Amino acid sequence: MLFLLAILVGVLYGAAVYLLLRRNIFKLVLGLIFLGHATNLLLFVAGGLTSGFPAFLRNVPGETERMADPLPQALILTAIVIGLGVTAFALVLVYRFYSVTKTVDLDELSENE
Amino acid sequence: MLVLPILLPLFFMVVLIFTRRWLAFQQIFSLLATVILTFFSAMLLIDVQQNGIATMQVGSWIAPYGITLVADLLSAIMLVTVAFIGVVIMIYSPGFIDKGRQSAGYYPLAFGLLMGVNGAFITGDIFNLYVWYEVMLTSSFVLIALGGSAEQLRGSIKYVTINFVASIFFVAAIGILYGLTGTLNMADLAYKLRTIDHIPYINSALMLFFIAFSIKSALFPFFFWLPASYHTPPIPITALFAGTLTKVGIYTMFRFYSLFIVENLVFWKTFIIVIAGLTMTIGVLMAASQYDIRKILSFHIISQVGYMVMGLGIFTVGGIAGAIYFTIHNMLSKTNTFLAGGLVYQRSGSYDLKHLGGLYKASPLLALLFFIPAMSLAGIPPLPGFFGKFFLIKGGFEAGDYVITGVAILVGLFTLFSMVKIWNEAYWKKEPENIKHGRVSRRAIAATSLLALAVILLGLFAGPVSQITLEAANQVVFPEMYINAVLGR
Repeated sequence: MLFLLAILVGVLYGAAVYLLLRRNIFKLVLGLIFLGHATNLLLFVAGGLTSGFPAFLRNVPGETERMADPLPQALILTAIVIGLGVTAFALVLVYRFYSVTKTVDLDELSENE
Repeated sequence: MLVLPILLPLFFMVVLIFTRRWLAFQQIFSLLATVILTFFSAMLLIDVQQNGIATMQVGSWIAPYGITLVADLLSAIMLVTVAFIGVVIMIYSPGFIDKGRQSAGYYPLAFGLLMGVNGAFITGDIFNLYVWYEVMLTSSFVLIALGGSAEQLRGSIKYVTINFVASIFFVAAIGILYGLTGTLNMADLAYKLRTIDHIPYINSALMLFFIAFSIKSALFPFFFWLPASYHTPPIPITALFAGTLTKVGIYTMFRFYSLFIVENLVFWKTFIIVIAGLTMTIGVLMAASQYDIRKILSFHIISQVGYMVMGLGIFTVGGIAGAIYFTIHNMLSKTNTFLAGGLVYQRSGSYDLKHLGGLYKASPLLALLFFIPAMSLAGIPPLPGFFGKFFLIKGGFEAGDYVITGVAILVGLFTLFSMVKIWNEAYWKKEPENIKHGRVSRRAIAATSLLALAVILLGLFAGPVSQITLEAANQVVFPEMYINAVLGR
């Protein structure tokens, strides 16, 4: 499981970087989304995987060993929400850029015209 | 008390969101609000100076389990400076920004930005720090795009992308660090790093942090986004960014270096000093080749950030104290030069030095208002830039870092060169024939004068201020006080 997730994180990062380097501006935003998800997964893996146990239990003595660490999950939740907000903003921004300049080419970002 | 620098801007922001239609109210309320914020920040500074580091455990969850708020002298100094810059910007903005942008949410967003900045200064929890960074960045994303001109949109896309990537580095580092140590509380992390003998892979997390913050504070080689985006929004927004955002990155670097760098000290010191030298040199050289006032000043931000990082690299009490003094000076002087540039724009309708001229003859007051912060940046006594560089260079010589100190002196000369370039072109050169004669807003002049006065006072009271920065540096160089204050030992 750990091995698979590690590879998945790597693939997501690779795809994100590939998309970020495209010239199409919508692919740039897709790249940002991938980057965000890759990092969320990284947080999840780095926080330590405990398979089969819930993050919260009733207050039973000796139960703490059978509990997954809730903190990384809380962190990821926060990161997902923040990522969602930023992505929404980036999409609107890119759309505005498209409607003003009628182009999706990143080369249009240079100011030499 | 400690929570006020976060709660007050939040409250002001909410009030401003609901009163968006009443522009006159917004203008007065924002000014009042920043004055109140400055007052409470100053109270906090006095409190911290007299009673030592202030801490607060949010929700009474004791450290390291809950989120801790901490203010040491460095945080308090930064809070006061940022709040004061807020006051100046709020006086300036109504006289410069068009009504459309003002009623489109400029004021609430500015307070969102201030809340994020203040939060980043006083949080003692590493993930909470990330959240405050995002609060600050999201506000700045909207501020930089506010109005939506094509030029602004171009700048915003670059700005949003690079900052998003930097945040990703930041979160990834937090995740790895948490996996390695099992804690997010900064003091507890520092304690663990000092007591556990060696934590494997810790350097990769620290390096990721370093990359994240060097993107955010525009260090070499990650500075290119700053001059590509900062000049696009109206100048009060640029000035607000210049005075606050990159400095939050610098502040965080100081905090992290002080708390978390316990191994490989020789490597980190050399690394940071080399980066500092390259940052200041390349920034100043690129500034020399520009002709847009805003671009020259943007490249200067980079160069000056190099000085602050140089102080960090030296890492003696003298060096850090110099860097803190330099940071205060830079926040004030830099904002001031941008605001003075805005006055030039209102007067002559351009930022391009090729289309400017004759302002010294036409309007000596404008010339003076630029001259003060520009000479301060160049390091002419008795202005604070001189003392800032003097403390840094003195610290550098005392620590025996001769090469970087030599570079710093040389870069100072180039800074003088490009300030003189603006001066010659915009103020001294003969007035071009078809120049516009615009009206300069009184509010804008008042704000710029107030800031120029603050710059002069910072220079005149360099003695007492440097006493405080020395104490602050002491807390940075010896983080045991910070750790003990948070963990309650």
